[in-house]
Amino acid sequence: MKRFISEARAVNVVKRFTCDELVEHLTAYLDDALDTPARDAVRDHLSCCEGCGRYFDQYRATIRVLGDLPTRPLPTETRSRLLSTFRTRRADHLTDG
Amino acid sequence: MGSFVGEVLPPDDVVVRALRAGDETMFAALLDTWSHGMLRVARSYVSTDHSAEEVVQDTWLAVIDGIDGFEGRSSVKTWVYRILVNTAKKRGLRESRILPWSAFEQDGQTLGGHGPPPGGRAEFTAAWPTPEGEALAAEARGLIAEALGRLPPRQRVVITLRDVEGCTSEEVCDILEISAANQRVLLHRARATVRGWLASYYDSVKQPD
Repeated sequence: MKRFISEARAVNVVKRFTCDELVEHLTAYLDDALDTPARDAVRDHLSCCEGCGRYFDQYRATIRVLGDLPTRPLPTETRSRLLSTFRTRRADHLTDG
Repeated sequence: MGSFVGEVLPPDDVVVRALRAGDETMFAALLDTWSHGMLRVARSYVSTDHSAEEVVQDTWLAVIDGIDGFEGRSSVKTWVYRILVNTAKKRGLRESRILPWSAFEQDGQTLGGHGPPPGGRAEFTAAWPTPEGEALAAEARGLIAEALGRLPPRQRVVITLRDVEGCTSEEVCDILEISAANQRVLLHRARATVRGWLASYYDSVKQPD
């Protein structure tokens, strides 16, 4: 579909990001929160700028590391205490109700 | 006793009905699925692991007592995490470890301030070892887990919810009652900082050429 675009908008469409601007848009890009011209501009930049491409890889690697951090479970005593509280309090609620 | 651990929890209406009916297996499943994430989030607000445990415990007690009044205007997870965040904030204030939340309004707006600007210049964006370096990766994870405590509080909470616990951006906005734009700025700042830490770490363990 062909649409008329105003000059101001056309300027925006052809806007290209500098390296610093690109970096600021990566989270929005990964969240798919950019409009189409901005998303295309990010893609264009990443495909032809080696440094930013690598930065982007590191950015995603960082997110992967964060998703795989060691976890600490709830202490066993706390867990058992909560389960027994659930049992008694819910029983109370049910008989009250 | 059955368990949902490692599996996907059933839909909210099933969960709520089960909890109201006193289904202990369901309660245990929620406890085991969410508590470790809740501990991490609570720890962003309070000063010790022990405090964080108490916050999580108090949250679950509030859930036990409040489930009858749950109106389903948000997901169960969002509801539980909101109780958690409110409980943790109050506790954190009491401990005076953190300043009032409003004091951190700025930490999402300021740019930079964490080492060199994160611009993508090839000369300092060195390649990282591949994930196959498992020993390195494990050490890096341990370091990052520790280092999250050095992030500004709001950034820490957002990155913990999003990237560590895997919440969606909508969930994070609902839990913290912040805008999508603000959430994204906080997340971006936090990720850029953590990336910088990882870069320094990988740089420090790099074999000389």
